[in-house]
Amino acid sequence: MKKIYNKILSIAGNVITVKAEDVAYEELAEITTRRGRSLAQVIKIEDDIVSLQVFAGSRGIATNDEVRFLGHPMQVSFSDTMLGRIFNGSGVPRDGGPSIADEVIPIAGPSVNPAKRIIPKRMIRTNIPMIDVFNSLVASQKLPIFSVSGEPYNELLARIAMQAEVDMIILGGIGLKFDQYMYFKNVLEDGGALSRSIFFIHTASEPIVEGLMVPDLALAVAEKFAMAGREVLVLLTDMTNFSDALKEIAITMEQVPSNRGYPGDLYSQLASRYEKAVDFEGAGAITVLAVTTMPGDDVTHPVPDNTGYITEGQFYLRNGRIEPFGSLSRLKQQVNSDTREDHRAIMDGMIQLYAQYQESEEKRAMGFRMSGWDNKLLKYGKLFEGQMMDLSVNIPLEEALDRGWEILAECFEPGETGLRSELVKAFWPAERQETTEGKPAPKTEQGEAAPSEKEGGRKGDAGEKKKEKKTKKKK
Amino acid sequence: MKKNVGTIVGINGNMLTVRFTGSITQNEVGFALIGDERLKSEVIRIQNDRAFLQVFESTKGLRVGDSVEFTGELLSVALGPGLLGQIYDGLQNPLPQLAEEHGFFLPRGVVLEALSRETRWHFTPAVKKGDTVIKAMPLGHVPETQFSHRIMVPFYLEGEYTVLSVADEGDYTIEDEIAVLQNEKGGKISVSMTFEWPVKLPIDAYREKILPTEPLTTKSRIIDTFFPVALGGTYCIPGPFGAGKTVLQQITSRNAEVDIVIIAACGERAGEIVETMREFPELIDPRTGKSLMERTIIIANTSSMPVAAREASVYTATTLGEYYRQMGLNVLLLADSTSRWAQAMRELSGRLEEIPGEEAFPAYLESRIAEFYERAGLVELHSGDRGSLTIGGTVSPAGGNFEEPVTQSTLKVVGAFHGLSRERSNARRFPAIDPLESWSKYESFIDSAAISRARKFLRTGAEVHQMMMVVGEEGTSIEDFVVYLKSEFLDSVYLQQNAFNDVDAATSPERQKYVFDLIATVLGTSLGFAGKDEARKFFTDLRQQFLDWNVLEFESDAFAAAEKKIRAMIEGIADDEENLQ
Repeated sequence: MKKIYNKILSIAGNVITVKAEDVAYEELAEITTRRGRSLAQVIKIEDDIVSLQVFAGSRGIATNDEVRFLGHPMQVSFSDTMLGRIFNGSGVPRDGGPSIADEVIPIAGPSVNPAKRIIPKRMIRTNIPMIDVFNSLVASQKLPIFSVSGEPYNELLARIAMQAEVDMIILGGIGLKFDQYMYFKNVLEDGGALSRSIFFIHTASEPIVEGLMVPDLALAVAEKFAMAGREVLVLLTDMTNFSDALKEIAITMEQVPSNRGYPGDLYSQLASRYEKAVDFEGAGAITVLAVTTMPGDDVTHPVPDNTGYITEGQFYLRNGRIEPFGSLSRLKQQVNSDTREDHRAIMDGMIQLYAQYQESEEKRAMGFRMSGWDNKLLKYGKLFEGQMMDLSVNIPLEEALDRGWEILAECFEPGETGLRSELVKAFWPAERQETTEGKPAPKTEQGEAAPSEKEGGRKGDAGEKKKEKKTKKKK
Repeated sequence: MKKNVGTIVGINGNMLTVRFTGSITQNEVGFALIGDERLKSEVIRIQNDRAFLQVFESTKGLRVGDSVEFTGELLSVALGPGLLGQIYDGLQNPLPQLAEEHGFFLPRGVVLEALSRETRWHFTPAVKKGDTVIKAMPLGHVPETQFSHRIMVPFYLEGEYTVLSVADEGDYTIEDEIAVLQNEKGGKISVSMTFEWPVKLPIDAYREKILPTEPLTTKSRIIDTFFPVALGGTYCIPGPFGAGKTVLQQITSRNAEVDIVIIAACGERAGEIVETMREFPELIDPRTGKSLMERTIIIANTSSMPVAAREASVYTATTLGEYYRQMGLNVLLLADSTSRWAQAMRELSGRLEEIPGEEAFPAYLESRIAEFYERAGLVELHSGDRGSLTIGGTVSPAGGNFEEPVTQSTLKVVGAFHGLSRERSNARRFPAIDPLESWSKYESFIDSAAISRARKFLRTGAEVHQMMMVVGEEGTSIEDFVVYLKSEFLDSVYLQQNAFNDVDAATSPERQKYVFDLIATVLGTSLGFAGKDEARKFFTDLRQQFLDWNVLEFESDAFAAAEKKIRAMIEGIADDEENLQ
């Protein structure tokens, strides 16, 4: 029988201390206050003084409130009946349904042995051309969406959740606004995807400590399902809130802050979550997509900065579009050679032309005279932004590649695109092919265009290599 | 002997406070006992009757009152034949064996033998009864992959010893006795093929350290020609995320002309080391015709593995490197990333409540980094031959800003600095080593005067480029414009290298000298162009020719033919120049 303590020694921030014996590190306790019951976790033991972080926050806790130790660390139940259900940051149902007490599993388990990892090779299609064509998502990848407040990152996540080719989706919301939570719920419900989803939701109105558990709960459940052979997509939003919760606890515990108040172990904390993304040989896989909002749109802020060092690339969401230059999927090379033979060429070719478009656009904005080549690029840029980059575009990879050829054919002669001639022969839209057949590749008026063409041609062969013209980043 | 056992009185993250009664040693290993799990830990501070231990595993579930068993031994690694080709975690647990026994996840509290006790090695003695030996002297050798692995007198034996007996030539396991030594006082010591060495103490069983001068060939042109590394030297690669640090390390681990490569994946992505682990056994080392894995040791303590073991992993890797150096071999240690190692120290320091230095790093950060790099070096062994340990570490500065403690402390002690820049990687100019900021104190195999001329072009070219951004191409004189074109030409055909092309990815020193010579000619020739378009056209064509040339096999017919075309182009423009005058 576990002892009950009812003398709380100190209450500071969301951390309380009690005098207790025979308590294990990271053990859970239940605190009964006049506001109800809350879970708390042991975060430090010094002799018989035990510090606990209280998930429901310390507001309203009285020094004589009851603290009962449960004898086990944080756990979460795991069963197929969890599908379609919504839980809070302590793993308790928040949808009014019955609680699930099938099999309980510990959270934040050991990491995967690197020797058991395999080189990822399965692409996850999302029907978003900016992902599928230009930065393919790969099973077992961990990718953040870098964004700023106000961007439609949750809309993007919801769309990926609806459309991604996976068996199930686990959504972890940390500090989610209530309307965003309802939005996710409604979108997945309307789309019929709720029955293959599990939600762990911590909303902004709840104590921040409770949000700390959300990634671990989501990933522990995901791990179990993946071991059972499921393809799981874990969506976390927003990891900056998670980091802020870490910061809050660290400061309360009087830890020395390292950078802008964040604790020194922020990197390890984030890594131990993101590294749960894995492809189990002979079983399922976990893919992690996480929103990281950048305070002040500053990528050198500790949260996005540490995240970038951990994840396998990033998507930049800016002005409602996935930015093609900053975004990168480090694993795309593993999969985009086996889709369609023109995939890599379209990926490289269109981006290079888009980079040139941006230069022309800059020149235009500064009032320089536009050459014929510039005008072609301007036309191309508009089409590319409207028909490819726009987040509402919703087409499979093959159709997106075909559309790429359409856009190119509408703006350029084949020779100007720098694409390999055998690809042009195979894919250049037929109705336009007659008009260009027999004609030599036209010379461009502007001296500058000529070298770029040549580059493009070489690049098609060498895969993703050496770009001579500096790719201008958007400010 | 009674075991020295202490009692846990405090737990904070991965740090334990333990009350002890007997005597204990700083940095000795203890095991926290929880059920039948034994959690390896290290003593890092002693205060009165309390010891502070960092635990190399998760401390979940430990209680005040649990026991800690002290071993009296410092944190050590096993040395002996069978290290090559292994994949270890930071504490020298073989990961493939762990996977075999425990499946997908890393179990807590499991310690496996680092070296196989069953494998038999063919031992050939090198001493005979009655010989006098000192530490690190070879008693014999066994073949290990393509090397002759020296079986040495254990490094911890100080003073002179007489060989009482030595095993005959034959097959032995590492535990079999292969020699008995007698010290000056008459004590007998049995020696096998393996012994342990504490990772945090440098191995100093050599005659003297020598200034490193001979270049280490990495086959990356920008490194070998402009910012070379010496055998036994040190270098660092700082860069923001996505600038290609790890790729550069991977390329180096493949192509470097050294005997043994040790890769310490310290707190980085697991996926990256997986590529090396899966690909190296398939790749053939052109120098030996054997698999690359046969010359490689991987220490993988990736970001989600316990932090304290991450701190140890760097020392583990260095100790293994020093061990092979004692055999007269050239060893290259690649540590990726030293920032994660420094962060591990920071976490620990925070838990010890030490007064923090800059960005909360401990005050001793600088000296720890210096100690680590100082373990590199070219040494003359007692046998007269030389061995070297070269250390290359990546640094991951927060926000990509080099003005931070880890980068700055590292720059103070290394011999070469390969700074990666975000601009170059965004422009897909790989390897993204910034040619203006980087430096090296070592000598290249190419004439230094020629290099400084080339660097001058890069510098002025960059200045012209800056100016052009303001005044436009129209406002730039043709002379300046040509300098700019020349620097861009040097950049694209020589500094940049295509990692995906087998020929271009690895350029031999001979080829570097040969090609650089021709480039120096181009840079040195004064070219007169009628206009900027003509100049641009000329350099675009020349660059294209050069890039095609770069992917041709050195000294092949096609190589010679392409070279002829290039030379004709250069002469052509020189003629034009005369015609113009």
